[in-house]
Order: sequence, then C-alpha cells, then structure tokens
Amino acid sequence: MIPKDIYLDNGASTKVDEKVLKEMLPYFTKHYGNASSAHSFGYEAHQALDKARKVIAKSINADFEEIVFTSGGTESNNAIIKGIAFANKDKGNHIITSKVEHKCIVKACEWLETQGFKITYLDVDEEGFVNPEDLEKAITDKTILFSVIHANNEVGTIQDLEALGKVCKKHKVYFHSDACQSYTKVEIDVNKQNLDLLTINSHKINGPKGVGAMYVKQGTKITPLLHGGEHEFKKRAGTENIPGIIGFASALKHGPTKKEIEKMSELRDKLIEGIIKIEATKLNGPKGEKRLCNNVNISFAGIEGEAIGGYLDQKFICSSTGSACSEALLEPSHVLMAIGLSHEAANGSLRLTLSKYTTEEDINKTLETIPKVVKKLRKISPFGKVMDYVFRKNN
Amino acid sequence: MYSEKTIKHFKEPKNAGEMQNPDGVGEEGNFKCGDAMKIFIKVENNIITKITFLTYGCIAAIASTDMLCEIAKGKTLEEAENISAKEIADELGKLPQLKFHCSIMGQKALKRAIEDYRNKK
Repeated sequence: MIPKDIYLDNGASTKVDEKVLKEMLPYFTKHYGNASSAHSFGYEAHQALDKARKVIAKSINADFEEIVFTSGGTESNNAIIKGIAFANKDKGNHIITSKVEHKCIVKACEWLETQGFKITYLDVDEEGFVNPEDLEKAITDKTILFSVIHANNEVGTIQDLEALGKVCKKHKVYFHSDACQSYTKVEIDVNKQNLDLLTINSHKINGPKGVGAMYVKQGTKITPLLHGGEHEFKKRAGTENIPGIIGFASALKHGPTKKEIEKMSELRDKLIEGIIKIEATKLNGPKGEKRLCNNVNISFAGIEGEAIGGYLDQKFICSSTGSACSEALLEPSHVLMAIGLSHEAANGSLRLTLSKYTTEEDINKTLETIPKVVKKLRKISPFGKVMDYVFRKNN
Repeated sequence: MYSEKTIKHFKEPKNAGEMQNPDGVGEEGNFKCGDAMKIFIKVENNIITKITFLTYGCIAAIASTDMLCEIAKGKTLEEAENISAKEIADELGKLPQLKFHCSIMGQKALKRAIEDYRNKK
C-alpha cells in the first residue's frame, strides 16, 4: 500500500477545496461570457464578478470599488510597487520596505532602483519584526511608499500593521502590505490598520492558482501596470478570470474557521516542540500569537536542508527549505540571513506549513520521521559530531 | 528534477560514512553555498581499494559523490584523478544545471585525498 502523502508545504500552494472547485465549474462551460459583453452571457458573468468582489471587499473592510482582481500575488505586488512609484514621482522617489520581503517585492524594488528610485530596506530583529521607530527614522520628504509583508512566508512573523500604519499616516506615506500568507488566517482591516494598498491571493487559501487581488484605497494615485480595456476601474486591463475569481471568493467563504485556525496553531506548536527536542536545532521566527498559525521553520545543525527535504519526500512528507542549494544563485534565503542566521543555519533550515486539512496523525507521523532523517544525515556529515554549533552570525 | 538513479543513490548511498585509518583524506567545499565534502581512501599497489565520503550536502552532492565512489573503486590513482563530471552525470542521468557545482565537489575532494596519500608516502 502506498502511504498517504503528508503535504506540509501549504506556504507554497494549497489544495483547492472540493466545494470551491464545484462552485467554479459552471463558469467554464455554462456561464462562460466575458464580463464586459453587452448580452445575457456578459451580464451573468458581470453579476458573478460583482458578487465575488463584494465578498472579498467585506473580508478586509474595504469598499467594492477598492478591490482590483489580478493574476495573483506577484502581479498585485508588482502593480502596486511600480504603479505607486511612477504615479507619485513628482512627490518623491523614495520607497521603504524591509529585508524580509517576498522575492517579487525585492525584485520589483531592485528594478525601480535602475529607474532612478531610491529604496531603503529596513532591518528586522532576530524574530523578523520591523520596528515602527526604524520606519519613522527612515522616512524623508521624498518618501512615497512603505511596503511590508504581513506574515512572513518563510518564518511566519506577523508584523504589527496597526503600529506601522500609524507611522505612515502621520507622515502621509502610502502604506502597502503583502498579505498572501496571512489572508484568512490573521485579521485584516484596512481602516484599522491604515492600509492604502494590500495584496491578497487565492491559491494560498485553498482556492485556484492564477488569481489574486489588490486593494487600492479610493483616491490613491496609481498607474496601471497593464494597459488595455477599461476593466477593474481602469486599474488593471484584461478580461477578468471569472472562474478563478469565483473560486477565490468561494475559497474565502469556505476559509478556515476560528476553530480550524486554533487547531492549526495547536498542531504547529506540537510540531515545533517535538522537533526542537532533537539535539542542536533552532526555531526560526517568533513563538505563539505573533507567529502565523501554520508556519514552522527550524534549523538543524550539521546537515543541509534540501537533503532533509529529499529524505522526507521519500517518506511521503512534502516540505521546503531556505538552503542555498535550492536556489539558482547558491545563496541561502535572504530572510533567514536578515534575522541573523549564519550560513550554516540557513542552509540547514526546513519549513513545514500546515493547512486546515492537516491532521494530528500527519503531525505524529512527521515527528516520528524527522529524527530518523536527521540521524541518517548527521551520520554522513563531516560536522555530524560537532554539536557546539554556531547558529548565529555574531557568536 | 532528479533522475530515478540519482534519487536511488541519494536514498541509499552505499559509500557514505567515515573510514577508520584511511591512507588519504581530502576535503572540499565551503559553508556559504551549503556544502562540504570529505573523501577517505585506502590504497593498495596504486589502486583504490576502498573509498567513502562524508558530506554536508544536498541531494545532488550525496548522489553524485556516491556514484563517484562506485566508479573510483578498483581504479588506479591516475585513472581516479581523471574521472570526469560527464562520466558521473552519464551514469546518474542528467543533473539540473544549477547542481553542477554540487556534483563536482566529490571529484575535487578525491583529488585532494590522492594528493594527501602521495604526500604521506
């Protein structure tokens, strides 16, 4: 019998909820109209689109006109960073972000640097938090935007958006957060948190891939990334992906309940506590409520993350790593380096991300397997016996 | 991403482990890109009779070094020095381009082990 897969890479992507898929299907073959068309098929598509937009808007306490559908997190982040930069050039050319952002923010900012913009990458503390005081100090009269990831995709750190939002409001700087990992798991209220812009997506919340949204507060000056028809309040041209958008809204509707979030947190803590019992291991990121309910990230001394993941895969457990060896540039994760890990610790990192479908049995099985894998790899490691291991850069 | 044979050698590396009283030891690699390799050899009449390795390395590093050991066993020192990356890749099936770096660490360590043996002699 082939053992059941234990999928602990929900930070990468998730299973589409069967109920979500069911709600999507008619929009492929029955209601397949273009939402811009002036006939019954078009009206039907448009109605469905409106309904989905309403549901998404409500979930973050935004208005209907403030939700713009996109192809996903990368597009939303690019559209926001570049769109704000180019629309507000006359005010200034300075953007602030942090050292723990998703690669699409980092790359978009690096590209803007080639276009004459100045970017400040704020340091974070050893748990991955941005200090609001650091943000305030970094703001100049040329600053137009501050962008920060809400819950970190690698180490699960949940930023205090409310505190950071206050600073932005005080200095009249646009405030954006990439909430791809946190959406539906952590409360988002664009008014309470003073957000002007937000990135959310579908495939991290048991919805389909290829669809996401951005929240753009009314009155925000932003240039569209895609030019064409007058879709999405002229903020994003292109025929709307109706089945995807229906799926996105449906995923939200079926999204994790409070109870399911509590269960994920409990299983997360069980997994963390079980793994750090292994000699020479370290939890990366914060503990408790300030950590995303489904994120576990641990470094193992003396062994390499891709190899750990490879052995876990042989045991039907799916994970991911921040090791250099999983990267084309052979550099370890910039996030793990930013929270002060040594190269060794970053390369020996393993990320396990849970979903509402993760069971206690999955966690027990994983906790049985990991010590065996670690033992096996340490046995063939030249550093296997060195347990006075240096986890941090500075000691 | 990896061939079946690569996974097989990664899963059950026959030649992984420390060697007691080796005739030559060679090290290669650095922590920055996440690998380090140590090769141990036993030599009789200019022929490698035993070869094992320890690695702090990824799937490609473990599998390709295990394959290198398989190929080097029974070879003369001169033959072993000249085992090419292509030979290993041909045996394992193609490795991803970005993993080339990891797959040649074993050969570099083996060359150092042979050097170490010659220096000790």
